[in-house]
Amino acid sequence: MQLTGAQALIKSLEMEGVEVAFGLPGGCILPAYDPILESTLRHILVRHEQGAGHMAEGYAHVTGRPGVCIVTSGPAATNLVTPLMDAYMDSIPMVAITGQVPTHAIGTDAFQECDTLGITRSVTKHNELVMTAADLPRVVREAFHIATTGRPGPVLIDVPKDVLTSLMDWHWPSDDDVVAGLPGYRPTTRGNGKMIKEAARLITEARKPVLYVGGGVLKARAAEALRALAELTGIPVVTTLMARGAFPDSHPQCLGMPGMHGNYTAVTSMQHADLLIALGARFDDRVTGKISGFAPEAKIIHVDVDPAELGKVRRPDVPIVGDCRLVIEELVQAVVALGGVEGQPDRTAWWTQLEEWRATQPLRYQPAEPGEGLKPQQVIQELCDLTPDDAIITSGVGQHQMFASQYYRFEQPYTWVNSGGLGTMGFSVPAAIGAKVGRPEKMVWAVDGDGCFQMTAQELVTASSERIPVKVAILNNAYLGMVRQWQEMFYGERYSEVYLSPDLPDYVKWAESMGCVAFRVEDPSDIGPTIEKANSIDDRPVVVEFRTDSSEKVFPMVAAGQSNDDIIVAPEVTGS
Amino acid sequence: MAEPKLHILSVLVQNRAGVLARVSGLFARRAYNIESLAVAPTDDPALSRITIVVQVESTPLEQITKQLFKLIDVLRITELDPAEAVERELLLVSVRATPETRGHVTEVVSIFEGTIVDVGHDSITASLAGRPAKLDDFAALLAPFGILELQRSGRVALPKRVRTARTIPMRKVS
Repeated sequence: MQLTGAQALIKSLEMEGVEVAFGLPGGCILPAYDPILESTLRHILVRHEQGAGHMAEGYAHVTGRPGVCIVTSGPAATNLVTPLMDAYMDSIPMVAITGQVPTHAIGTDAFQECDTLGITRSVTKHNELVMTAADLPRVVREAFHIATTGRPGPVLIDVPKDVLTSLMDWHWPSDDDVVAGLPGYRPTTRGNGKMIKEAARLITEARKPVLYVGGGVLKARAAEALRALAELTGIPVVTTLMARGAFPDSHPQCLGMPGMHGNYTAVTSMQHADLLIALGARFDDRVTGKISGFAPEAKIIHVDVDPAELGKVRRPDVPIVGDCRLVIEELVQAVVALGGVEGQPDRTAWWTQLEEWRATQPLRYQPAEPGEGLKPQQVIQELCDLTPDDAIITSGVGQHQMFASQYYRFEQPYTWVNSGGLGTMGFSVPAAIGAKVGRPEKMVWAVDGDGCFQMTAQELVTASSERIPVKVAILNNAYLGMVRQWQEMFYGERYSEVYLSPDLPDYVKWAESMGCVAFRVEDPSDIGPTIEKANSIDDRPVVVEFRTDSSEKVFPMVAAGQSNDDIIVAPEVTGS
Repeated sequence: MAEPKLHILSVLVQNRAGVLARVSGLFARRAYNIESLAVAPTDDPALSRITIVVQVESTPLEQITKQLFKLIDVLRITELDPAEAVERELLLVSVRATPETRGHVTEVVSIFEGTIVDVGHDSITASLAGRPAKLDDFAALLAPFGILELQRSGRVALPKRVRTARTIPMRKVS
């Protein structure tokens, strides 16, 4: 069967089981858009290529399947750089297809030409320029294989226009062909048995252990295995920003989020631990604070599918390379072999200490006085109370992100989608759209800041026209809030270039002009009813603007470069 | 922390466009200068061997090596201990050689068992292959005559056959 390269490309995506692609056509990728008309593939036309990338990420986050985006060459490819890097940092499986100028024009500074391969080399797990149409099926298969196995990540395929228009004999490589074609790619999935036994021994001896759970647990679909291990051993669990939902917040063993804005008990438990069992976590500086002061007495068991993570920041006592789910399951067996529940030492003193921290240092904020702006924490708490446990929350980056991760209780895996590693402002709206496309049956709320919202809000036009009913909560404090917080705390209240204005733009009018239903909330008593009103609308996107108190800061906080021992907690709550 | 020292990495890669950029990019983004680099196909034309000499402490080197392993096109990495490897490098040098000094220059070349590959009116070009240290000595002894141009190939290296080289984690990774 003879196909054009364009037909082969789209057919390859169908063969890979791709149901949705996010994209925007243009000159060089044009031929690929013609067969889309006959394809089973649903194409979602975005308003900016960055939106396509973040939608693909949101989709991948909640489904576990690779997100796909298709864009043209030059500026479209460069617009994808941010989402690619975001996906690379947060290990999101993603396949990006970019158009390229015809092969004979490559290197001539042709119209809309850029060195896509060179530009994206350091922001992708792998990238490939396809020089003949016959290679397309193989390259697509390899891309999906690489994106979804080992440590997941983004893979980019660059396709010149003449490759899309030339003819090829269709063939679909087998699994064996794919593996044979990648002799340098053999991810390790099974953990070393000896090391797992050694880890079980350390666990069984530890008096003050903490399970330090990172996003890798979610990537490995290991939430159930984690719960089994936690309940078998009775060890407390902290879930990092990337792992919120991997272990239910309501579980008595859950201490919540550690890190720069983690809660006191989570942060301090790690500082005092004698053993950290790091599962799919990478000792990020936002978790460890000053590394020399981090968990000084803890031995480290480090499980990660990426060997480069082991010893990168903190040298582990027991390094285990492997898939988190497989390793945790084997670890459970190894702990059982050492006596299981009965084999665990008495950790009453540890739990007494943890409970004391929990009781004396809860998350807290001063409720709003009449006439003050809304407290962002209260907005998140009410949102949490009024949404089902399986609702998906996405966020941008900044104060609203931290308030959401602190005050929303995550009970299920894959309900929290945010930009952790790269910290990409503007992530939440497109990510929410991608998440809703991937999980249409679930309620999806984007928690956003006013600064973030202005970066990618145009994708609400995409949501309206494609009938993707996401909901957006803008915590509008009229500032780049996190920067404002740092200027207040560390720059002597010298506010430089952080003021945004509460009503320029008019968020309600803007949202309405994009086909959304929009509300503005200024009174605390309207928070709940407005959220309920938004929840009842399911035929179009909804935007709720909450006018929040701009002086509110995120606490606790460990200042950048400081030890986690120097955690700054919120002031005591005063009044009735 | 150990003092930065020279490390030789022998990297077996697929012989494809862009592989060298991927490999060298990992050093560049960490601001490590590559001291020398030699790339050529192996006996299997589908594979190339990249020999990289880099001055870096052991801890960052371990991280770079692990990151190199993650490149899809990298098949194997061996760190060669200079004490347990054979190294060779090629040097071409054009030296001023007037009628008065030509005899001295050719004498130096023959002592080192080099070869004169080109002769001009008042200069000659010699080649020498050997251990990098020998090339250093050769260049130093020719310097007083006036070196016009000098080009070194970058070293290539293989483990000594009797003892085996230290190979850092052979297992391929994601």
